Amino acid sequence: MVKTGLGATMVRAGRRLLSSLPALFGVLVFTFLLMRVLPGDPAVFFASGPNAGKEEIELIRKQMGLDKSVPEQLVFYLSDIGRGNLGRSMMTGQPVLKDLRERLPASLELTFTALLIALIAAVPLGVIAALRPGSAVDHGVRLFCALGVCVPTFVSGLLLIYVFYYLLGLAPDPTGRIDVFASVPPQRTGFLLIDFLLAGDFEGWWAACKQLILPAVSMALFVIAPLARITRASMLVSLGSDFVRTARSVGLSWHKVVVTYALRNAILPVITIAGIVFSTMLGANVLVEKVFSWPGVASYALDALLSSDYAPVQGFVLLMAGIFVLVNLIVDVCYGIADPRVSIE
Amino acid sequence: MSEDLLRIDDLHVSFSTRRGLVEAVRGVTLTVKAGEMLGLVGESGSGKSVTGFATTRLLDAAGRVTGGKILFRGQDVTKLRGDDLRQLQGAAMSMIFQNPRAALNPIRAIGLQIADAILTHKRISKDAARAEALELLRAVQIRDPEARMNAYPHELSGGMCQRVMIAIAISCNPALLIADEPTTGLDVTTQKVVMDLLAEIAAARGMATILITHDLGLAARYCRRIAVMERGRIVEEASPKTLFRAPQHAYTKRLVAASPTATSRIEDLVTEEERERTAAVVSKPRPVPAHGTPPLLEVRKLAKRFDQGSAAVADFSMTIAGGESVGLVGESGSGKSTTSRMICRLIDPSEGDIVFDGQSIGHVAARDFHRSRFRKDIQMVFQDPNESLNPRYTAFDCIAHPLMRLDGMRGGEALRKRVEECAERVGLPLDLLPRFPHQLSGGQKARVGIARAIACRPRLLVLDEPTAALDVSVQAVVLQLLDRLRRENDIALLFVSHDLNVVRMLCDRTIVLRNGGIVEQGESRALFDNPKTDYTRKLVEAIPHIETGPALAAAL
Repeated sequence: MVKTGLGATMVRAGRRLLSSLPALFGVLVFTFLLMRVLPGDPAVFFASGPNAGKEEIELIRKQMGLDKSVPEQLVFYLSDIGRGNLGRSMMTGQPVLKDLRERLPASLELTFTALLIALIAAVPLGVIAALRPGSAVDHGVRLFCALGVCVPTFVSGLLLIYVFYYLLGLAPDPTGRIDVFASVPPQRTGFLLIDFLLAGDFEGWWAACKQLILPAVSMALFVIAPLARITRASMLVSLGSDFVRTARSVGLSWHKVVVTYALRNAILPVITIAGIVFSTMLGANVLVEKVFSWPGVASYALDALLSSDYAPVQGFVLLMAGIFVLVNLIVDVCYGIADPRVSIE
Repeated sequence: MSEDLLRIDDLHVSFSTRRGLVEAVRGVTLTVKAGEMLGLVGESGSGKSVTGFATTRLLDAAGRVTGGKILFRGQDVTKLRGDDLRQLQGAAMSMIFQNPRAALNPIRAIGLQIADAILTHKRISKDAARAEALELLRAVQIRDPEARMNAYPHELSGGMCQRVMIAIAISCNPALLIADEPTTGLDVTTQKVVMDLLAEIAAARGMATILITHDLGLAARYCRRIAVMERGRIVEEASPKTLFRAPQHAYTKRLVAASPTATSRIEDLVTEEERERTAAVVSKPRPVPAHGTPPLLEVRKLAKRFDQGSAAVADFSMTIAGGESVGLVGESGSGKSTTSRMICRLIDPSEGDIVFDGQSIGHVAARDFHRSRFRKDIQMVFQDPNESLNPRYTAFDCIAHPLMRLDGMRGGEALRKRVEECAERVGLPLDLLPRFPHQLSGGQKARVGIARAIACRPRLLVLDEPTAALDVSVQAVVLQLLDRLRRENDIALLFVSHDLNVVRMLCDRTIVLRNGGIVEQGESRALFDNPKTDYTRKLVEAIPHIETGPALAAAL
């Protein structure tokens, strides 16, 4: 007997979560090994200066545990992870977990906003293009998508800064999440927009919003293309399907045919793609974070990588893998709710 | 004479395609009176569905009415725009479609879909619409309608989906219902139930109906007037009785001949001129096997269970002698395809044994059977000629492939000769061999599929609904071909089909399956003339025979 809707979806999601644990473990070990193989000696890097003596470097190496064999290091690392300890960053001198926790909301806020902007733009564009395939509108959307993809985010980011900050003066200076002199709301979720709202500080909310909008748009531009294309393609299939013909045959209104019948079916593959796009954005937004001095996890991991700071990089990769699993799970649940056919497979 | 509800006057429809304008309908004229049921019969590409879609204004964007008028209650449908059109669709005329499951929105509960249709034309509350939807589900005789209101199409059977579709179509009491192949793809018993329901509802509500179908027998059973279409034109229009007794047009004659009836023989399916080409080989009688000869195939207590479910096939035993043809009939879900696949060794049986030519092959894993020397001897022809040919293989490659894999032939002159010989045996013109499947017609593809199957000179040919996707005239030719091949090469046939008329003509013996078990078996003619079980009788009676049309009943 088939279980009903949500229950079955939850069971399936739980099963999916369990089955992803081995993959997470694999990611853990793989990044660990990769970091050891990469050139560069952290001990040299973190020694007091270029003139540091051999003894000093050896001492640092011993402190860091790098004198032990790689398997031993791995065991130490895994047991630390098991206790929830991701290690300490040599750059910031803080525990990696604390660093990530401080920076993750910034990245998530940026990525969520960007994805939201992208979806709000891409879905209508795709629908319009699908309603009139081959028309000027369709070609216009195609051109816009192509431009979005072929301009790298750091270029579009710089362009946006040039136009909206330098020329028009509409945007605040692109330095981080909030104006240096503005007061930060009491941290509850880490998402500034939400924290400001909770604190009832609408002026602060608006300031944070203005800071956010340019980096989010430059990220969104890059992912509008895949979302709009998939919307267009699946909308075309949906509009040409038998059930849309049925809907038209009984004289349903245009709105009902397009939105309730065609779009609701067409949106299913878009959910899947949106999940993938989100995960990719979260990791790949390092360029945007750099251009806008956004204090996110990606730029943090890049800095760590450049200075052979093992722990933050490993922590970052683990975090990304975890988020990827989680996002897939959410997509799965959404899909199960949106499509009643999934639960019986 | 009552006034015409619908009058189609010299209708022309063309489609713009990549190869230019294609005329699908060229000058159709017909009338439908209120409450009448008209049959519109023709083979694929005859323009019968396009005529229906033009009437309900559901043509694709590429299709356009290029001439003529469609007058519905005196109003030209082709000129309607916007709201006037929506007033018409659903409220005054509606349509039901082939493939009912695809015609329903897969992610919307059926109750809501019916209510959508009601709310479009009536200004009532959502609750009232829901109540009406429930009432409609009752009207189309869906069991447990309260629970079904929240069901999704994938949870219903094909027949149930078609009933829901009928409920949607009649929700606003249209005056005209156009049914486009409403029962194609449904089981013969389901077909009867759905068609009876449709006819009953149409009669009770005084709806005029246009039944678009490729099945002459079906049209004859339910319609008093039948229009026959060929290549965009109506070639003949008459009552079923006149149509079958004295067809006037050459095409109608061919169509009537090709439609299997309760008494027709394979030779009767094509007209005189076409028969002559094959006449020479038909007459060779089949040698009676000597007593004590072991059967070619013996199946003992075969069973198949999928995963944890109940048995798809259980306790199935049969034998086939060399050169014999055996039919395997049953409704969808009866396990006939599963059985045929086990015998072909494409899937593994859960229990039982298959003995071919004295050797047990039931225990060779399906995965390894391609290495068995019996792979050559047991070949298969699949249902859909479009899906079962590799789109990237030419007809030549398709036929050559088994020769190279199973007969160990290399490319070159010998292979070319063998392929051409196979093509000749199935009547496939040699100049078609370099073509890809999409460049071939349905009948030609069916021939390629058969040529491929007989390429290695098998002794047993398993045919899984080989003509189900073909037009009747093509089916007639393919059936003749199969019968000739059997006689010429002494190939045993296991013919899986839901079309009882075809099985009766082609097969010496017939086995009736139901829910994975044998219900009845015996010599075909006796079994169909005098079925012993209720189930077989129900199956046989459900076949729309031409002789039992209402016109005949009225004439008696």
